[in-house]
Amino acid sequence: MVFSRAASIRDSLSRTRRSVFGQIAGLFGPGEVTEEFWEDLEELLIMADIGVDTTTALIAGLREDAVQRGMRRAEQVRGRLEERLVDILEASARPYLEGKRHLSVVLTVGVNGSGKTTSIAKLAKYHKDRGQRVMLAAGDTFRAAAIDQLKIWGDRVGVEVIASQPGGDPGAVVYDAIRASRSRGMDVLIIDTAGRLHTKYNLMQELKKVHGVAQKQVHRAPHETLLVLDATTGQNALSQAKVFKEAVKITGVVLAKLDGTAKGGMAFAIARDLELPIYFVGTGEKIEDLAEFDAHAFVDGLFEGD
Amino acid sequence: MFEDLTAKLQGTFDRLAGKGKLNENDVKTAMREVKLALLEADVNFKVVKDLVARINERCIGAEVMKSLTPAQQVIKIVNEELIAILGDPGKLDLSGTPPQVIMLVGLQGSGKTTTAAKLASLLRKKKQRPLLVAADIYRPAAIAQLETLGKQLDIPVFSEGTAAAPPKIVAHALRQARQSANTVVILDTAGRLQIDEPMMRELEQVKERSHPAEILLVADAMTGQEAVNVAREFHKRVGLTGLILTKIDGDARGGAALSIRQVTGVPIKFTGTGEKLDALEPFYPDRMASRILGMGDMLTLIEKAEQAFDKEESAALEKRLRKGELDFEMFLSQLQQVKKMGSFSQILDLIPGISSIKNQLPQEVTDQQFKRIEAIISSMTLAERRNSRLLNASRKRRIARGSGTTVQEVNELLSQFRQMQRMMKNLGKMGGRGGGFQIPGLPL
Repeated sequence: MVFSRAASIRDSLSRTRRSVFGQIAGLFGPGEVTEEFWEDLEELLIMADIGVDTTTALIAGLREDAVQRGMRRAEQVRGRLEERLVDILEASARPYLEGKRHLSVVLTVGVNGSGKTTSIAKLAKYHKDRGQRVMLAAGDTFRAAAIDQLKIWGDRVGVEVIASQPGGDPGAVVYDAIRASRSRGMDVLIIDTAGRLHTKYNLMQELKKVHGVAQKQVHRAPHETLLVLDATTGQNALSQAKVFKEAVKITGVVLAKLDGTAKGGMAFAIARDLELPIYFVGTGEKIEDLAEFDAHAFVDGLFEGD
Repeated sequence: MFEDLTAKLQGTFDRLAGKGKLNENDVKTAMREVKLALLEADVNFKVVKDLVARINERCIGAEVMKSLTPAQQVIKIVNEELIAILGDPGKLDLSGTPPQVIMLVGLQGSGKTTTAAKLASLLRKKKQRPLLVAADIYRPAAIAQLETLGKQLDIPVFSEGTAAAPPKIVAHALRQARQSANTVVILDTAGRLQIDEPMMRELEQVKERSHPAEILLVADAMTGQEAVNVAREFHKRVGLTGLILTKIDGDARGGAALSIRQVTGVPIKFTGTGEKLDALEPFYPDRMASRILGMGDMLTLIEKAEQAFDKEESAALEKRLRKGELDFEMFLSQLQQVKKMGSFSQILDLIPGISSIKNQLPQEVTDQQFKRIEAIISSMTLAERRNSRLLNASRKRRIARGSGTTVQEVNELLSQFRQMQRMMKNLGKMGGRGGGFQIPGLPL
């Protein structure tokens, strides 16, 4: 069975999406709704990393729907399931960088290896394509060659990168970058930060400081604080989002690496429990592989069979 | 969300206890809890199904049903099964003629480059002469990253820039290794999706050129259900010999380890436990099993405490405490040290059996209580901190105003504090526990 994500996401996907669990193809056929159906559905949702709590709540709701609306066939349930899933995502949806201002400051945070630097490069291109003047701040002064990595991307996209020496103070980089953005009339400043596990107290304190520097320099900044999440992450994603939100008031999520076979189902728990919008999804390694989040397309990707 | 499985099972069996002897249906109810706990820990659904079936069989096999403590029995069986699947920690086999090749493979961002450097450092300690090879020509600055790490460790890094194809780079690196008498060659390959056909073919070619003694999958402990697909495909294409589980210093339960073990059968050889270059540790199946079950990890707690607390300061403090000299100054410093270990709720998570209590203490409350206590003490003068007897009504009013609390809250803290003082004094009289490091008492 071939899976694909609809619309914009589908277009940017170059590779075939296949499910190892082919038997699910038949799940939403014309068959009757049986106990076995509910079990298979549970499996499908869990396998998509939707998590036990959200899955249990969804299935309980659907069972009620099935009784109340007299849904007997699996395909009817599928329609209702899609509605419920889309509802969860749309309840927390918000436009990205809403409103007008001179300089928009976007802070990106996340655990190690989630895909922050690559996502920033893609985001820079996204803004540039919309005619905005973009600058990047190399706030990851810790990881070896992180500054080089951002600079290479900056060259490729054609945007300037403000950086200090490796090991420098990330707060100072942000301060410099904001001043430079202002004096050169930038529209958007995107700040990279070092990857950190949300359980590291000192590193989270450091992040708060970086957040604070932006806050002091620009009115209401950062205007977006994006958590970059790896789509292959399991239930820990919720813990990450919770702690980062507490520390630096995350305003939205970028779901990176959605080009594999991972379904990114923890987005539902994050939307439901933390009321955070998913703004973008990363769909490949190329600079243009960033799509605006589309709840319908995302839900289709969970179980759409071609 | 992550409730302690022990507590849940206890609850299940307590409800059943009233009706006398347990039957197969009761065990089934317990199995549902086991299943959910494993799924919450990101163990793959299929793996959970097989595992629960096996656990169910053992539980019905009389051990549990006749037991007076069925919950503990179930936990024991689950724990044993998990440890059995996790298997013994694997060792690197580098016994062939040098140079022996270790190839690291995995998804993007799993931690290959950092792990390559950590591994090189570890092997050098074991009298090997490692050579690191930068075979990731795709990710911007991946080569620079490995070179920087190599420089930090003073370990040579072989690179040919981004123009040459990785199989060629690797062949050249091997020639170089022979010339300079390196005994181990560590290949840092590019991160890739297991469904990326050209990239997977490249990996096969790198393998053909270098005949690795070890091909290790580097996997992120936070990986979800996808771990199975990733491991299966990498194993099929290049034949893994082991697994390195990275980022286990976070709070992920790490069920992926179980899934990958089950699917590939290869041993877990190391775990990545921090950002520092010596943070590569052997794998402990028993610790991993408790972690997956959410049963807390006392060893990790103790390690955390050791990192957070200054040993000398603790020893001096302990001495004074024994004499019953507890004052608010010491109290505050204790509080701040505990805070260094992480949020209160994170600390609680590490203590076995505490999560049932934790549910009655929402995190906001406990963390806020911490803050309030800190604020109250901070509003005291130095003299007041050293001698709480000074605190009369007007001083208390001032402190309450200064800390944004009420006199009642100040009084509450004071009475708790006096109770602790008495306790400490009594403990001191009871004579010393042995020397060495102890976790100073939590100030609550």
